[in-house]
Amino acid sequence: MSTQAATGTLVRRLTSRRGGDSHAQEPRLSPLWTFVAWIATLAFFAPVAWMVLTSFHQEADAATNPPSLLAPLSLDQYSLLLGRDITPFLLNSAMASVISTLLVLAFAVPAAYALSIKPVEKWTDVMFFFLSTKFLPAIAALLPVYLIVKDIGMLDNVWTLVVLYTAMNLPIAVWMMRSFLAEVPKEILEAAEVDGAGLPTVLLRIVAPVTMPGLAATALICFIFSWNEFMFAVNLTATRASTAPVFLVGFITNEGLFLARLCAAATLVSLPVLIAGFAAQDKLVRGLSLGAVK
Amino acid sequence: MTTLTETPRKKKGPPLVRPQPSTGVSKWRRRGPLLPALVFTIVVTQLPFVATVVISTLQWNILQPGDRHFTGLSNYGVVFTDGRLRAAVLNTIVLTASVVVISVLIGLALALLLDRRFRGRGLARTLLIAPFLVMPVAAALLWKHAIYNPDYGLLNGTLNTVYQLFGADHGPTVDWVSNFPMPAVVLSLVWQWTPFMMLILLAGLQAQPGDVLEAARVDGASAVQTFRHITLPHLRQYIELGILLGTIYVVQTFDAVFTITQGGPGSRTTNLPYEIYLTMFRKYEYGEAAAAGVVVVIGSIVIATFALRTIASLFREEASR
Repeated sequence: MSTQAATGTLVRRLTSRRGGDSHAQEPRLSPLWTFVAWIATLAFFAPVAWMVLTSFHQEADAATNPPSLLAPLSLDQYSLLLGRDITPFLLNSAMASVISTLLVLAFAVPAAYALSIKPVEKWTDVMFFFLSTKFLPAIAALLPVYLIVKDIGMLDNVWTLVVLYTAMNLPIAVWMMRSFLAEVPKEILEAAEVDGAGLPTVLLRIVAPVTMPGLAATALICFIFSWNEFMFAVNLTATRASTAPVFLVGFITNEGLFLARLCAAATLVSLPVLIAGFAAQDKLVRGLSLGAVK
Repeated sequence: MTTLTETPRKKKGPPLVRPQPSTGVSKWRRRGPLLPALVFTIVVTQLPFVATVVISTLQWNILQPGDRHFTGLSNYGVVFTDGRLRAAVLNTIVLTASVVVISVLIGLALALLLDRRFRGRGLARTLLIAPFLVMPVAAALLWKHAIYNPDYGLLNGTLNTVYQLFGADHGPTVDWVSNFPMPAVVLSLVWQWTPFMMLILLAGLQAQPGDVLEAARVDGASAVQTFRHITLPHLRQYIELGILLGTIYVVQTFDAVFTITQGGPGSRTTNLPYEIYLTMFRKYEYGEAAAAGVVVVIGSIVIATFALRTIASLFREEASR
């Protein structure tokens, strides 16, 4: 079977799977419960809304009691932040998260291949070894990591964070990618093998395109966890390599309290993850449950 | 859509992997793609742990340079007899259990609501996951300064507005973080983790076979009966998964404690990760910190064994299809 025909079969299967879902006639909520659902939703969203609203206020309006909801809006806080010192922190964060995410994928895709498509013997043991490293509290590794990093002169270096974040996310990525690779139709792979394609070709030309949604979801999850990581960042960096979360806490201690600017900074640093998360909300569950829940 | 263990196709013909008398070469060819990931993980995650075990047997405080020697298990003696560490263990349990239980319950309620159609359901779901996507440090700072602040925080501000509506001069001025340190930390974490639980449980609800529910309805089962006897048993493994994953993540809470209370007042909210951090970077007792780290790891392994068992059962179900 040609690769194209096999892909066509796959697409039909995936679409028929969706079409076969029996949620067409889900029950409706009564008006009362709809009201309850919306109140609960708004209660959960209120802190986020408050954060964003305050970030557009002046300091004088931000710190009032009762709160001034209708104070004039401006972008002053954002221009202050971006004009001054947040930029290097955002760049460090971007570098640490993007590079570590790419490294994770480079490690995880071949590993997932060796755990699903052409599995090594005892592959389930390997899977659970990866998972078990995720259960070790990071704090227990902090001291030796700190000592080693200090010893080799890599304190306050973004690459240290890149290595740590890669290790932190690799098990998640291996699990997720295995669950996606297990869904690649074997016909395609067999066809490629008959054509004499080597492993790099199979991975780049067949596995990567077919599992693109899964690859994207995995990358997003890894990006989110690296972007948000605080414990290693605050303890292993000082001035040059500090990331966005470190900026946030340092900002409070250095400058006293500027509520509006704090809210602007909090909004700014959360924005990439909020956008990524909203865009990939259908895939979030699968990632967070390591591929166990689809 | 969202099913737990669905695999898209039935196995036809011989399995992709033919068990063959594999020679050494072909074995290593199979292992090849796995090795970089495996070696990297072992080096970066397992070697530090070995180092932790070694350091935990040393008397090592960098404030007393030159005095670094082997002390056997005496650091563990300190860990198990030190009141502060015991308090930290207790705080960790209280913090983790409260956050996980409360967010599972609220998450379940929200998932049940969102499992039904209503006006704006998609938007509601998007807004509900927002708390989980806010950077944890940003969320902690937001709660501490914009919400709990006694003078102009949103909580007291709202109370004040409500009191004034009813004719009072001024609402109460409660210092939430000082008066209720643990609930303050728990609330901020529940806010962050409820969306996580909701997403997992919602996925579970949507994976319910529609025909079973239909049959229950035809047989005249009430909503409560259907929930208790069909939905809840079906949800059990999703609830377990949520609890276990939540526990693993929440046990490690560092950001919120560091930011909202610094473990205080006194050590009333100091959990284990924060206590280890203090031992390491405030007291510089490296040996003691390492011993505490080993104890935490052993505790985590106990939890993880249960977690792994649950995940393994989900995994086997999938693999066996």
